Order: sequence, then C-alpha cells, then structure tokens
Amino acid sequence: MASITLDHLAHAYRPDPRGPQDYQLKEINHVWRQGGAYALLGPSGCGKTTLLNIISGLVTPTTGRILFDGRDVTHLPTEARNIAQVFQFPVVYDTMTVRENLAFPLKNRHVPRADIVRRVEEIASRLDLSAVLDRKAQNLTADAKQKISLGRGLVRSDVAAILFDEPLTVIDPHLKWQLRSSLKELHRALDLTMIYVTHDQTEALTFADTVVVMHDGSVVQTGSPEELFLRPAHTFVGHFIGSPGMNVLPAEVRGRTAYIEGIAIALPSAYPALPPGARIELGVRPEFAELTRAGTGVPVKVRRIDDLGRTRIARIEIAGHAAAATVPEGLSIEGDAAGLKLEPGQIHIYADGARVAGEGGA
Amino acid sequence: MEKPINNRAWLLVAPVFLIVAFSAIVPIMTVVNYSVQDTFGNNQFFWNGLGWFQELLDPSTELGGRFFAALWRNLAFSAIILAIEVPLGILVALSMPREGWKVAATLVVMALPLLIPWNVVGTIWQVFARADIGLLGYGLNWLGIDYNYTGDTLSAWITIVVMDVWHWTSLVALLCYAGLKSIPDAYYQAARIDGASRWAIFTTIQLPKMKRVLLIAVLLRFMDSFMIYTEPFVLTGGGPGNATTFLSIDLVKLALGQFDLGKAAAMSLVYNLIVLAVCWVFYTVMTHAGQDYDGNRRPQEETPA
Ligand SMILES: Nc1ncnc2c1ncn2[C@@H]1O[C@H](COP(=O)(O)OP(=O)(O)OP(=O)(O)O)[C@@H](O)[C@H]1O
Ligand SMILES: [Mg+2]
Repeated sequence: MASITLDHLAHAYRPDPRGPQDYQLKEINHVWRQGGAYALLGPSGCGKTTLLNIISGLVTPTTGRILFDGRDVTHLPTEARNIAQVFQFPVVYDTMTVRENLAFPLKNRHVPRADIVRRVEEIASRLDLSAVLDRKAQNLTADAKQKISLGRGLVRSDVAAILFDEPLTVIDPHLKWQLRSSLKELHRALDLTMIYVTHDQTEALTFADTVVVMHDGSVVQTGSPEELFLRPAHTFVGHFIGSPGMNVLPAEVRGRTAYIEGIAIALPSAYPALPPGARIELGVRPEFAELTRAGTGVPVKVRRIDDLGRTRIARIEIAGHAAAATVPEGLSIEGDAAGLKLEPGQIHIYADGARVAGEGGA
Repeated sequence: MEKPINNRAWLLVAPVFLIVAFSAIVPIMTVVNYSVQDTFGNNQFFWNGLGWFQELLDPSTELGGRFFAALWRNLAFSAIILAIEVPLGILVALSMPREGWKVAATLVVMALPLLIPWNVVGTIWQVFARADIGLLGYGLNWLGIDYNYTGDTLSAWITIVVMDVWHWTSLVALLCYAGLKSIPDAYYQAARIDGASRWAIFTTIQLPKMKRVLLIAVLLRFMDSFMIYTEPFVLTGGGPGNATTFLSIDLVKLALGQFDLGKAAAMSLVYNLIVLAVCWVFYTVMTHAGQDYDGNRRPQEETPA
C-alpha cells in the first residue's frame, strides 16, 4: 500500500522524440493517494494504457520519475513493484484450473499455502467463482475468464495499487453493474488504491471518488465527479462529461458581458485577465440553460426537441451555433423561435480551451 | 426440412470421382491385384490368396524377418529425429527475434535447408561426410575420432540423423514460431504482473499455445521420416549391410531389385495401412485439441477431479 507519485513523467514510444508531437504522454505531475478509487477517463488513444503500463513497469517512461511512497521505482521491473494490473481482454492460463489461476500470483511470490487457500476462497466467493473453482479455465465463458483475470489482480493483499485497464469491455451489460459494485465493495473492504481506466463516463463517475480526465496525452482535469460537472477546467471535459455535453460557444468578453455574435449575455464576474489574442469561448451546460417563451432571454432557434423520458432536451441554435438546452415542464414551443435563460453562476469562460477564473463575482 | 433430390447432381461429382479413380483407386487396385498373386516369370500369374500377407506378418519367415527389421529401423529413426527436432525446434523458435529486420533475415536463413531438393541434400552430406575428402569426415578422423559412415553402422546412423535434423529442424522451428507469434502481448504482460518465472511462462503460456502447431509438426515429421527414402538412399544406399535399410528402401529392393512383385505389393499395402492408421490417430487427436481451443461456448460435461 502506498501513494504513487508521478513526477514530471512523459513518454514517447519512438526512441528519438524531437518535439511535443512525438510524445504519446505529455508531462504529467500527479499523486495517487493511498486508498483512493480513481477513474482514468479519456477517449481512445489518449494514452491511458500507456500511463497504466508505466505505473506497473511494463513500459519505462522516456523522462520523469515514479515514486511509490517516496521511493523511486522508475527503473524497477514489474515483478519488483508490487502492483497488480487487469487487462482489457481476459488472460487466463489455459492449462490450469480456476483455483490454480487465482493462486498463481501468490504461488510465484512464495506466499504460505494456508494464506493462498484462504485468499483464493475469499476472492472467488466475492467474484462468484466458487462454483467453478475446480474447472479448467480454458472451457469457461468470456465473462468468467475476465472474472478470473480480475481475481488474479485482487488476490494479492500486499499490492501498492490495482490497475484496471477497461476490464469490463467484454462483459455483458447486466453483469457489468454487478461486477462494478463488487469492485467498489472490495475497494472499501481492502483499503487499496485502485485506478480504473475507461472511456465510458458513467463507468468512471459511478466507480471513482476522483476522476482523472485525459486528452491527447495530457491530464486536463482531476477532481470529483461533481467538480467535473460543475467546473470543467477545459472545454474538452465539458464536452466529454455529461450527456449531452456542455455548450461551448465562441464569444467576446467585455466587462461583465459576453457577446455571442453580438448577442449580449450577462456574466456573474469580470474577466480582466483574459490573454489577448486567445480564442475565447463561453461554456454552459444544458442543465443550466433553460428554454423560455419567445421574446424573453436570449433569442434562439429551436431545431428539434428530444424526449429523454425524465427530461426533454431541445436542440437549438444561438446565432447560428448549435447548442442544447433543457425544456422545463409545461412549456410548449410554437414555431421555432424561443428564448433561453442561463443560470448566471454556471457560465464559464474559456481561453484557448482552458477555464479562466472570473474576478469580483457576485 | 425436405432435401431436394436431383439425380443430375451426380454429374457434378463425376469429375472428382474420375480423377480420384485414375490417380488413386486404379493404381492401388493393381497393387492389390499383384499382392494376391505369384509369378514365375513369363508374365504368368498364379492365385496366391493371402499367402504373401501371412508370410509378411510372420517374423520367422525370410520376408517377415526383413519387413519387421526395416519397420523397427524406421520407427527407431522416427523416434530419434522427433526426440531431437521437436525440442530443438522449440528452442530455436524461442530464440528467434520478434521484430525488426532480423525477423526477415532469420526466416530466410531458416527456410534455406527446406528449399533444397532431397537428393541434393543426400549428395551434400554424402560428400561432406566422406572420410577421405569430405570436410566433416576428414575433420573427424583428423581429430582422432574413428568415423566412416560407409563401413560403420553407428557412424551411418549418426550421419543420417544429423542430416535429417539439419534438413528439417527449420520446419518445426518455423511452425513453433508461428504459434508463438500468435500469443497476444497481454499474456506476457499478465505473466510479468503475476511474477511468473521464465520457465513458468514457457509451461503455462507458450507451450499450451503451441500445442496445435506442435501436433502438426510432429505429424509432418513423423510421416515424412517414416516414409524417408531419397536421402538415405543417396547417402548410404541402405548400408552398411542392411543397417540403414528403411521400409521404403527395402520395398524398392524387393520390387525393382528382385522383381518380387507379389511380396512387394503386399508389403506396400501394409506400409500404406500403417501410414493411414497413424494419420487417423493424429487427426483425431488434433480435432480434439482444436475443440478444446474454441471451447468458449462449448458446455463441458466432464468435471475434473
Ligand atoms: N507500443 C506502441 N508503440 C507505438 N505507439 C504506441 C504503442 N502503444 C500505443 N501507442 C500509441 O500511443 C497512443 C496512446 O495509446 P494508448 O494505448 O495508451 O491509448 P489508450 O488511451 O489506452 O486508448 P484505448 O482507449 O484505445 O485503449 C496511441 O496513439 C497509440 O497509437
Ligand atoms: Mg487502452
């Protein structure tokens, strides 16, 4: 058990990286707290697996250090690192029974027999594998095989962290929920650091207490699910989290007013520190943008209204830019003209994609 | 569901039937015909029933004696070369490079012996191993080792075995290499996470994943060595004495040397049956191993103890 520190970590797969474009992982500084449940969230190809493999030692970073509880392990091999990792596709040792599979990581580390038996039984019962313990792993379903892979990650009680690399991709949806809650339970019971890679936001938000969002090789925001929702630090986070994602509209800011193609929107605070020449955008989540009768608020054009069951989402245009907004109950829109009311505290201003804090807020 | 029946469908099968008839059935039937007859020359044949077969399978007769001697020689030869080529092939495959230009270079070098015609292989080794002028033979004798494959049984056997190993280990190695390449990286990564030793990786990941190609390699090498003719014929001509007279060489001696068509026909039929039987056993084992592999969805009745 340990906290894991990434210190100026960067990685390029090619041996002679010239510029930043050659780096699959741009410089990262981050501390994974002991006992935390983390989700590493990001689109395909953003470097999530690379980061996990660096932490577990399967890949050695180009620059920077990894510290386990302050001890530099950057050049230690995987075997010497006390880390468990579960991969996207099930890996089972075909010739062994399920029991032998689960015992394998412990046996290799010369754990006493009695402890092995106890741990294997415990993990098997948590993962619902007890009934098949003595079957050959080869003949089981993909679900069961992935549970074995998970089990091999979980049996070791001494690990600094368990890394899950999209472990539920091959699992049936209904079993997914079940396994995810088993993992959460295990996390509480074992007080382990868990890092869970996914590109599915629901999965990340339900599993983790801290979500690390990656984009294009960098960490763009680290925070609780609530923070990611209420204060996206980057327009990418705004887009990626929430469905539909945050509305991001090109804007001009003067004093406490933003102008979208000349349409004025009142801001709760001033932004005197906006870097000159930067691309300025206004971001507001559909949840905080409410459709109103035409003639009130910001004039918008309604394209269509999606009924999502509990809520209705309107697809609208603000001065030609596509956006989404909530339709309050009881409001009926005639024609395509409507108004839009924005919740002042939930409007964010971005300069070149990064959130800028306002000054003198109300 | 009702199957449509149309007798014209036979027309579609007819060409295949004709080809098989002329390429296999007719020649085999002539052999069967010879195997049940005896001749005193002059193209006069007499009915001999199963006489040749009885004699062939009775080791106390002259025919049976030489048949079983050749059969044991053959089996011993196959066993020896399998015992060497399979482990050696695995070892070579494990040490072959995985990526980069070296892969292509290794593959070309490995494929070279496989591309040489069999009688050329025999000739190469015949010259190479000669005690008077061959580099190998002369060198060994110069070192004080008494080596002469034309006079000494052990030397002859060692030469033939080494020749076969030189010729065919590449095949086993290439097959194993293909098997190894098909193992996803995740297996090796998982093994490292699990702290598996090099030996454990071999026995728990590599060997099981190579099982199928290994079966194919063993089958190919067994059949080929069991039917070996050209190389020993060129190298030793079956000698010294009968020390390297394998079944195929004996068969040719019997049929073309002595012109004992009846005996030779009976012998080739039995030879053929042995080959077929072994093939069938391998085929059964292999399809079994295959089912185990895609056994994901196959419900498994048997519960291991
Ligand atoms: N072994 C490798 N050699 C070279 N480039 C690689 C290698 N592995 C990954 N990459 C590249 O590094 C980038 C990050 O890959 P990585 O596998 O870490 O992404 P990921 O976030 O895990 O994506 P996914 O969600 O698809 O698993 C990708 O552009 C990929 O093409
Ligand atoms: Mg990945």
